[in-house]
Amino acid sequence: MTGLKVNRGWGKFFLIAAAMATVLILANGSFQPAMSAEKIKVAGVFETPIEEPWVNQIHMALLKAEKELGVEYTWSESVKSADFARVMREYAEKGYQLIMGDAFGAERIARRVARDYPKTAFVFGSGIGPAEPNFGVFDNWIHEPAYLSGMIAGKMTKSNIIGVVAAMAIPEINRLSNAFYAGAKYVNPDVKCKFSFIGSFFDPPKAKEAALAQIEDGADVVYAERFGVIEACVDKKVLAISNMSDQSKLGPDTVITGPIWDMWPTVKYVVSLVQAGVFTAQDFGGFSYMAKGGSYLAPYHKWEKKLPAAVKALVEKRKKEILDGTFRVDIDESIPK
Amino acid sequence: MSEILAQIFQIGFFTALIRIATPLIFGTLGELFAERSGVLNLGIEGIMMLAAMTGFSTTYFTGNLWLGVLTAIATGMIAGLLMGLLTVSLGLSQHVSGIGTTLLCSGLSFFFYRLIFKQSSSIPKIVAFKTVPLPLLSKIPVIGPIFFNQFALVYIAIAIVPISAYILYHTPWGLNLRTVGENPLAADSAGVNVHRVRYQALLISGALMGLAGAFLSMAQFNAYTFGVISGRGWVCIALIVFGQWSPWKSAAGAILFAFIDALQLRLQASSLINLPYQIFLMMPFVLTIIGMAIVSRNARAPAALLQPFRKEER
Repeated sequence: MTGLKVNRGWGKFFLIAAAMATVLILANGSFQPAMSAEKIKVAGVFETPIEEPWVNQIHMALLKAEKELGVEYTWSESVKSADFARVMREYAEKGYQLIMGDAFGAERIARRVARDYPKTAFVFGSGIGPAEPNFGVFDNWIHEPAYLSGMIAGKMTKSNIIGVVAAMAIPEINRLSNAFYAGAKYVNPDVKCKFSFIGSFFDPPKAKEAALAQIEDGADVVYAERFGVIEACVDKKVLAISNMSDQSKLGPDTVITGPIWDMWPTVKYVVSLVQAGVFTAQDFGGFSYMAKGGSYLAPYHKWEKKLPAAVKALVEKRKKEILDGTFRVDIDESIPK
Repeated sequence: MSEILAQIFQIGFFTALIRIATPLIFGTLGELFAERSGVLNLGIEGIMMLAAMTGFSTTYFTGNLWLGVLTAIATGMIAGLLMGLLTVSLGLSQHVSGIGTTLLCSGLSFFFYRLIFKQSSSIPKIVAFKTVPLPLLSKIPVIGPIFFNQFALVYIAIAIVPISAYILYHTPWGLNLRTVGENPLAADSAGVNVHRVRYQALLISGALMGLAGAFLSMAQFNAYTFGVISGRGWVCIALIVFGQWSPWKSAAGAILFAFIDALQLRLQASSLINLPYQIFLMMPFVLTIIGMAIVSRNARAPAALLQPFRKEER
């Protein structure tokens, strides 16, 4: 098409060239989406700015892929639902072989666009399943380290009241909150957990107020599912469990540890599939489990010395059981109470 | 019931209430000046966001909190001028201009944030305002820690309510402003420069909205992030109607809203009442609407609100 716009003569040339290429490919017997010598082009399409913790983890892994797997990576952030289809199509038309992103707000749009580009691999964060032939999904299956964090919280609380400040009661968040509480109850049957929802994915002042309310009501270890909570814990000098990424820097004396979601195993696997030309629609969620290295407990940093050895040993033991497959953290997606 | 009362009668509850109310008081009073002059400033949400960003960035690089606040105020005033250009000088639709200003400002705030901070792996932070206990006053039991152990910006917000009321009702300029908002023709024949008064009102409006933004990113929280305003500007628009365009009543509306918001956060955490959390989150909005329906049934907007003034048109 572009050839025709420039000049009719060139247009003919392109048509002939395209026809020849087609013949060559057909003659070759199979279509190779990417030659090994050629760089894979990967695009990220995100609904929110990349500061959003969820999106940031995907983005970081893709940046790492750029460095370590030699892919070419570009991204668009703050793509609102109205623009989502257009941006996805632009990348697909430009010949990007892999398009990744979060699709919670634009789930249907993303799926519809993917159907039009069966040769392009789409892998999106999603609460539902993959769609043939080319729409793969992943999710933040980090309930295992959330459970381990809960064990630490259950041991470290003095008031026997812990708290969770979360965005809203959706399955992704419920299963983390429930696993956190389950871990705490496992080590401390007397512990009670407060749950607050702020009704928004990003409203740090509100999250901070919700955490302050919990702390004033007795909670002394708060799981900061959202941004803004750790700041409240620092102010009030109580303990915090971070979420998604290593947030020890926000309060080295406050943040003990917390579940980390690492998208690297997912990205690495998906890129290898696309490189090999064998990508199929799959649920890549399993690559976020601890056993695959897709999630783990954040390093203790300053708490390496401060956390009692008995607590550490308890967590290590459970962690080993999870990694060995002898213990399974329940996936409870009901609204935490 | 007694447990709920126990939740309310805590000092922490009232300090939270004042803290939550502060940005709303700034925003509401800012909107009030604009609307009393006859201009609906729907740019509020975006102006707060842009000011939160510029104030935060200034403090981030200079380490000076008050310089950041001044920048936020200046940002708000520039945005106010833009609103003035659109709605006063050009006399365009106030709804469209306001929404346009909000979209422009929120877009700009994010654009400049990216230019300034690039994609840093962790969100940049500042050392935010600390609470300043006022000497003597903060020692008064109960009232002291609630009102007099707050951020400096909270004291400014509390002081600005009577100051605004005084300016509006007891100064010649306030009279001009109200007249311009009710009957610009009459004001004009009395020799008042309608456009100038409206511009002045929009400058004050922008400055106060700037303070609201600065409070959110520099006192209540210590970083600028998207979502830092989260619709608080729109709440202010509703609170004006609730407050029947009066500074005292509007501030009371802000405090009522904050009261219910602080309460719902505590009720959610205490699990005393077993209700879906959505109901709790809805409470401030629903009760404010109900309150508005009851209290403000006879509320009357400034007569010239939404009307551009063109001198030649009679």
